Amino acid sequence: MVEEFDEFDELELEEDDETEEGKYLTFTLDNEAYGLEITYVTEIIGIQKITEVPELPEYVKGIMSLRGQIIPVVDVRLRFGKPHRDYDERTCVIVVELADITVGLIVDGVAEVVAIPAEEIVPHPDLDETDSRQFVRGIGKVGPAVKLILDCQKLLEDNTEESYNQEA
Amino acid sequence: MSEQYMNDPMQEVFIFETSQQLEQMEQSVIKTEALGSYPSETINEVFRIMHTIKSSAAMMLINNMSVVAHTTEDMFYFIREEKPQYIDVSTLSDLVFEGIDFMKLELDKIKNGYEADGNPEILITKIKEHLKILKENNNLTDSQVVNNEPVKEKYYISSNKAAKISEPKTYQTILHFAEDCGMENIRAFTVVHNLKEITDAFKCIPEDVINDPDCVEIIKRDGFMLQLKTSETQAKLEAFFRTMAFIDQFEITEINELQEIREELNILVDDEEIMIPQLKNPALEMAPVKETLVANGNQSQSMISVSVEKLDKLMNLVGEMVISEAMVTQNPDLKGLVLDNFSKSARQLKKITNELQDMVMSIRMVPLGPTFFKMNRIVRDISKKLGKEINLKILGEETEVDKNIIEQIGDPLMHIVRNSADHGIETSETRILQDKPRAGTITLEAKNAGGEVLIIIRDDGKGLSREGILEKARENGVVGPEAVNMTDTEVFNLIFLPGFSTKEAVTEFSGRGVGMDVVAKNIEAVGGNILVESVEGQGTTITLKIPLTLAIIEGMNIRVGESCYTLPIMSIKESFIPKAQEVFRDTEENEMIMIRGQCYPIMRLKDHYQVKTGATQIEDGILIMLEGETKSTCLFADELLGEQQVVVKTLPKYIQRMKKIEGLAGCTLLGDGNISLILDVNGLTAPKRLKTNNYQSL
Repeated sequence: MVEEFDEFDELELEEDDETEEGKYLTFTLDNEAYGLEITYVTEIIGIQKITEVPELPEYVKGIMSLRGQIIPVVDVRLRFGKPHRDYDERTCVIVVELADITVGLIVDGVAEVVAIPAEEIVPHPDLDETDSRQFVRGIGKVGPAVKLILDCQKLLEDNTEESYNQEA
Repeated sequence: MSEQYMNDPMQEVFIFETSQQLEQMEQSVIKTEALGSYPSETINEVFRIMHTIKSSAAMMLINNMSVVAHTTEDMFYFIREEKPQYIDVSTLSDLVFEGIDFMKLELDKIKNGYEADGNPEILITKIKEHLKILKENNNLTDSQVVNNEPVKEKYYISSNKAAKISEPKTYQTILHFAEDCGMENIRAFTVVHNLKEITDAFKCIPEDVINDPDCVEIIKRDGFMLQLKTSETQAKLEAFFRTMAFIDQFEITEINELQEIREELNILVDDEEIMIPQLKNPALEMAPVKETLVANGNQSQSMISVSVEKLDKLMNLVGEMVISEAMVTQNPDLKGLVLDNFSKSARQLKKITNELQDMVMSIRMVPLGPTFFKMNRIVRDISKKLGKEINLKILGEETEVDKNIIEQIGDPLMHIVRNSADHGIETSETRILQDKPRAGTITLEAKNAGGEVLIIIRDDGKGLSREGILEKARENGVVGPEAVNMTDTEVFNLIFLPGFSTKEAVTEFSGRGVGMDVVAKNIEAVGGNILVESVEGQGTTITLKIPLTLAIIEGMNIRVGESCYTLPIMSIKESFIPKAQEVFRDTEENEMIMIRGQCYPIMRLKDHYQVKTGATQIEDGILIMLEGETKSTCLFADELLGEQQVVVKTLPKYIQRMKKIEGLAGCTLLGDGNISLILDVNGLTAPKRLKTNNYQSL
């Protein structure tokens, strides 16, 4: 039984790899368009009631209920150090899952899913692998427009200095 | 190779069974050691278990385990057959334990997907040495037994070699496995595998046990049929089958001609009843079988084992159902309506939901016994190594707690017991000088107290030294000079701070200063807490208060501005609306209130958690008196929303990794779909205070 399940999972993953390779969900913040690898995205929902949790960094808005599952929500604007903007009907929550962590990302609006082949992505001009706060992994070209490709891992890491300081 | 083996169901069963058997064996040997001699039951048990493990390990191609089991089996074979007069019980037990430890380690390796690569050489040599000594001490010649030892497996039979010479006979056997053992085909295969060693030829029905998918059903229904040709006597065959695991019943008949067998078999498959009169001596045969049945503890036929994962899922579902039930019955759409029939049905639903919930909880409850019994081994090892005499007394081991909690408290418990044995109990000489009984006693006790389980670890050792702890704390800069005023409890609690060990000498067992803080953390993680009491010179008592279950609590929902919080009902003493003039402040602007001559600090949740909305005037809200583990506090909130059973959910991992929020135990979904944060009263009232010393004066 167990074996069967495992095989099944693998099969699905392989399929996923084929279909989701090079596809990005794009969303907007202010004037910029960002891309997030679609493998990480589990769903997109409208903004819901968020319960504040005290003593957390400002960009963690709190927690919300996703069909009984409680997930934390991060305001991407605040995460990138942009000023807060009131939520409206275009505001969306992108639910991403990375390793065993599920997080909701609040963005101004979701645009579309585009395929950006690897050769169309140029590296960030001053990419510094060691800088954990550099969220943009590369810049993808889609026709005349550019999409800033985000590093999901870094987005979810708690790498702001002040949160460590608070802890100490 | 190991990857491929990971999810092998056969391997899973092997690991599960072997670890259970090792556990069982460990317990019996510990019990025996206290007696000072090995009763024949224990010898048989060790022999039987070792034999089973030897075969199953060999079947799983885990040779090192098999070899160790084999050598141990040989040793016990000797003990059983020759009944030597002089047995060095303690050394023998040491060897058995070493063997158990070795096999447990290998099992762990396999479980984690590694190769079982431990080298058994040293251990085996040791065991063989011991066997030799045993034989010499008991004046037995090696010639008969030793020479044969490594060459061929021997069963009961070999002591009586005459039987072997007799003409090979043909027997027919029907094996019935224990009803709930599962994987009948693999059990059958094990039997076949082992039979090869003692039979000349054999045949079985169903024939291909491994590859024939239907054979499990056939074996279950009709039993596993074997025809075998062997020079052993029937009694020896019986003995052999009895050593095999999971065989519930077996019948052996002697047959003269092959042709006959065939016919008989056909009849047998059709109608089992015919078989009964053919039994050679039913009374004789059935009786011993029943005995082994009881001895094996295999009578648990009405039990099934379920994976914890499934139970977790079931529990989550029930949790969801409790929430949904609240969502329906407390639906805002129903407000103000008079719905007699609806209320009636809703009550019924609530009743069933509660029962279901209790049921699921009770399924997950596991007695503390096995966890406690593991401590026997630890105490034994330590007392032996350090030359102390320590008795371990276990009380209330039948007390049950949630499976998850058991997992969490095993390590902390071990640590505390180790500490007690290592640092607490003095050596016999010191004890006699102090007019104490020669042997120290550690008592492990568990009992239910309301919604909690108390686990008490008591020793009659030298106790904690207040001065020693304070001195150490000052050295580490944990406390300042004002510490002289600290109560004993506060001083003793210092031992739970990280990096705190009063023991200079680091021993093998404890004293590295990583430990008690981990203990405290683990216990807190399951929502419990620790109390230390100690009288210098008389002993230490450590009490672990553990919640019965993690999942569902009776909660009181309170509102602060737009936020909702939940308090465990257990910790609420009373609530009241204060008058402004009752509240006063000290010089540091700490608010306090005098109630019935007692002074309590006031904690405004709004300020504590920087909630943006909510009442600021004291008479606009309500004060809730909370009783923490050490202190009571009055919590100021806007209003009480009402009582509700809430399902405790942990905060998302993302947040947990970011920061441990003091005073938050988790969160829960309310009937209206909103999330409420569950407050941890001890977290709110107790810590932080040590650092700031704000409430020291109270």
